Amino acid sequence: MNTPILQAQHLDKFFPGPEPFQVLKDITLSIGKGEFITIIGKSGCGKSSLLYLLSTLDTDYKGNLSINGTRVTGLGERALSRFRNEHIGFVFQFHYLLPEFTVLQNIMIPALRLGKLSREAIEAQAMTKMKEMGIDDIASKPSGKLSGGQQQRVAIARALINNPGIIMADEPTGNLDSINTKIVFDIFHALSRQGNTILAVTHDRDFAAHSDRIIEMVDGRITAKHSQ
Amino acid sequence: MKLPVNFMISGTQLLSRKKQSLIAMLGVMFGIAMFIFMISFMKGVNKFIEDTMLAAIPDIHLYNDIRTDYNHSVAASWLRQDPSKVIVVRHPRPSRIHLNLKDPYRIIADLKATPEVAVVSPLSSTQVFFNYGPVQLNGVLDGVDIYAEDRIFDLGKKMVSGAPEDLLTTDKGILLGQGLADKLNVIKGDLITLASPAGAVMRFRVAGTFSFGMSAVDNIKAYTTLSGVQQLLGKDHDYITDIRVRLRDLTQAKSTAVLLGRKYGYKSEDWETTNPSIKTGNMIRDTLTWVVSITLLTVAGFGIYNIMNMVISSKMKDIAILKAQGFSGKDILQIFLSQSLVIGVLGAIFGLGLGYALSYGMSRVPFPQGEITSLKYFPVVFETRHYLLGAAFGVLTTFVAGVMPARKAGRVDPVAILRS
Repeated sequence: MNTPILQAQHLDKFFPGPEPFQVLKDITLSIGKGEFITIIGKSGCGKSSLLYLLSTLDTDYKGNLSINGTRVTGLGERALSRFRNEHIGFVFQFHYLLPEFTVLQNIMIPALRLGKLSREAIEAQAMTKMKEMGIDDIASKPSGKLSGGQQQRVAIARALINNPGIIMADEPTGNLDSINTKIVFDIFHALSRQGNTILAVTHDRDFAAHSDRIIEMVDGRITAKHSQ
Repeated sequence: MKLPVNFMISGTQLLSRKKQSLIAMLGVMFGIAMFIFMISFMKGVNKFIEDTMLAAIPDIHLYNDIRTDYNHSVAASWLRQDPSKVIVVRHPRPSRIHLNLKDPYRIIADLKATPEVAVVSPLSSTQVFFNYGPVQLNGVLDGVDIYAEDRIFDLGKKMVSGAPEDLLTTDKGILLGQGLADKLNVIKGDLITLASPAGAVMRFRVAGTFSFGMSAVDNIKAYTTLSGVQQLLGKDHDYITDIRVRLRDLTQAKSTAVLLGRKYGYKSEDWETTNPSIKTGNMIRDTLTWVVSITLLTVAGFGIYNIMNMVISSKMKDIAILKAQGFSGKDILQIFLSQSLVIGVLGAIFGLGLGYALSYGMSRVPFPQGEITSLKYFPVVFETRHYLLGAAFGVLTTFVAGVMPARKAGRVDPVAILRS
């Protein structure tokens, strides 16, 4: 395995309540650069919780997490926002585009937030990404008026716009019909072949079967790691 | 680049729900417009009342208050041969009262040399009966230096017939209040008979009539020369009962009055003290204006608060996704607060415009013409200060109303939203 891009050590997470419930138990995990990893498990096994935790959105945990050589555990809210913006790309089950904006604007927003490139350069990059996804013809449409499959492709393009170190996906095909599921599969495989690091949570075994490594979770623990 | 992207998001969201934004903006607009309208109108009324009242009132009035000196008693001087005796006189009867000022010309000369003082007008005043045929009216005769009086009260503009100077060119001339002249049914040139309280009678020729626009003055007052009054009363030319002063700066009246009173040893009253109703009326109107304006703006603020709360509730997913993509709580706060502020600033601008239009309209509405009011239109003042204040209030209200929902938005936990 080459240099790890993400390293998690002994992660514990509790849901507070009258009887605190431990949702993640001593998770230790390392992801190498360019790996395509899927996390599978039954609903309620903690796989989504793990993803939110690894993606730095959730900061309420015990243990250590480093991404791209930066220890993100203990960083402040603003530093984490900045970090996510630059290093992590998100794809969700419910694509979550901003409905008032056009497709192009939706894709450009994370890059505008990062502010490393000029608006023109960002627009050019966004157009390239859209071409790769085959959605360049709908660039100026309001994103609220797209089909589910189109929306998910826009969301993927948006996740890629800042060339993140790692792409995190939460059930990216969970809400799609079979044709669009196939399209999204193919895009993820293509991205993987281009050398992107991908961490995806799924309950779709077909999708998982094509990944480099499958992490299976049961009751908050990693039970098996299959290398393929 | 960080600010523009937040503002781009804010602007797009604002435009995507034009109706809501417009309604929130209208709330602020009406609040500010009413504030401007009310304050312009109320200040106009205040100014009108002050102007009319002050036209008949000097800034400072120096006179000899009725104040009998009981230190000297006939009984005391008779009995004080034995210093061991204590003399108590119960319920003494006043002897002589002097209403005039001692050495008035020294005081007048001294006042004229005082830098704060603009005009000094000496007065010799007495109660009189005006007789014309069978008509007999009670009134006040003021003997004045007509030039000084003209400068202090702008008499020339208040003359209905004749001119102030006619007083000097007519033998034993008299200027009558218009109401008084009407009741006596005299016109310029008529001879009338005046009787002093002591019973002296003198004939005067009407040299003109004047109107201050206040019946309290116009129905009882008449002007003649100082020497006219002094003759009627049988006093020498030092007999001066009051000195009226016009100051360069009206606001200095209170403090200057105190100084002058102490300096000359006579009662010295400023216009605020003699006419507390002006100040009280102003204060009540001002308070009313503020209370109504603040209520309106608060209601507008609640409107913004409600709308922004609704917007944020419906945008929870967008907030979560923005946060996931690297927007911090501060960015989110900025996005939503700037929307409130845009609503507030636009509302304030349009509100100022509408307020100006309403005020201008009001200032062109003819005032119902009474017998004595000199008002042609409703009184309205236009002051930049009020507009700046209105704008500041509008923006402040929207800021306060917008900051609470925006902070709530900034604190949204993306995990809680994405998980559901």
